[in-house]
Amino acid sequence: MACEAWRGKLDAYLDGELEPAQATALSTHLRSCGACAADTLERVRMKRSLAAAGRRYEPSPKLRAQVALSVANPRRKIGWQWMIVAVPAALVLIASVAVNLNVRRENARRQRVYSELADLHVAALASSTPVDVLSTDRHTVKPWFQGKIPFTFNLPDLQGSEFTLLGGRVAYFAQMPGAHLIYQLRKHEISVFIFQDRGAEAASLPLGVAHALSFSVESWKQDGLRYFVVGDAGAGDIETLSKLLRSSG
Amino acid sequence: MPDQRLPAATFEDLALPLFDQLYNFARWLTEDTSEAEDLVQETYAKALRGFSSFRAGTNFRAWMYRILRNSFLSSRTGLRTAVVFNEEDQDNTPPAENSTPESLLIEQANRQMVQQALEELPVHFREILLLCEVEEMSYQEIAQTLAIPSGTVMSRLFRARKALRSVLQQKLQGGRHGL
Repeated sequence: MACEAWRGKLDAYLDGELEPAQATALSTHLRSCGACAADTLERVRMKRSLAAAGRRYEPSPKLRAQVALSVANPRRKIGWQWMIVAVPAALVLIASVAVNLNVRRENARRQRVYSELADLHVAALASSTPVDVLSTDRHTVKPWFQGKIPFTFNLPDLQGSEFTLLGGRVAYFAQMPGAHLIYQLRKHEISVFIFQDRGAEAASLPLGVAHALSFSVESWKQDGLRYFVVGDAGAGDIETLSKLLRSSG
Repeated sequence: MPDQRLPAATFEDLALPLFDQLYNFARWLTEDTSEAEDLVQETYAKALRGFSSFRAGTNFRAWMYRILRNSFLSSRTGLRTAVVFNEEDQDNTPPAENSTPESLLIEQANRQMVQQALEELPVHFREILLLCEVEEMSYQEIAQTLAIPSGTVMSRLFRARKALRSVLQQKLQGGRHGL
């Protein structure tokens, strides 16, 4: 099938609406066609920035309480004596619903952030040019970022460790430019993302160690920057690289 | 005979988790905080009343969104936008010029710019983009929510995406000339 015909199916493919057989055929085509793959990546970016931009408005706690109360009270007739029990119970219920909703929202946000970082990691490795500055020398890679991102950072000396620096590229996350470094450990590639730790977006990012979609992720704050280490290597290896980065930052 | 309808107690379990999303959607539709709050309250009240007619097995989320959207369309603001709404079959969006490569377009367009562009889109484009990208609804769910055939979902989404690109492009070019 010609590229033109595939392009017409890309949106349905990315929306998860293509028949399984066609989706398989299309992903095979994408592996061999750079132009269609680039188009796909752009559409993914557009989808992602829309998803982020569209989550814009938060309801007030007052409205939340009103709505929760309006649906929590079934239209049953109850005597006033019950109110002594029912009112505190309803309040506890509303509070627990609110807490529960917050926890769920927080979890959903975490999942989103991790899968977005995992996407960036995978997309870079799948690209025909995974890195824009190809060098194992941190003194070459670091200056390359000057003028491309609005901050600077330090990279560790890897002598005596098992890690090798492959290179770097500029990455965008939540509309913030940042540094994306790729390290190699044995057969594994590990991505290190560095972004500025400012704005509501950055503040909402999860800290600590996690596993998402079988990737290990470790994140911390240091000197106004947020670090994310993402890879399919073992959690111990991710931790070792994180320690090296911490000690140099 | 056992009652085939869902017991009323589960309305809360089904409906409350949708609260944040429904509010976000209402706020995008109405472009006004207090109207959005009224709309969400009205939606929950109507849905609770109509819940006995809701059939288990059909899509609850699409049902809630449909109630919200119908309430919006019959509100004063909704009636005003309905004028634009009837013209949806004419494709009068200006063709997107491909002078800016897509990659640059999206990297330059920050969150605020995408939000402004969404605001500028007609309601029927804005809502379908939100349902697809933010709510991550399937075409089937979107069709149920908007009460349109599944085939129309795809073509309207296509036009909505095209219109959004075109607005973003104008914004970026306008911004550049304005400097």
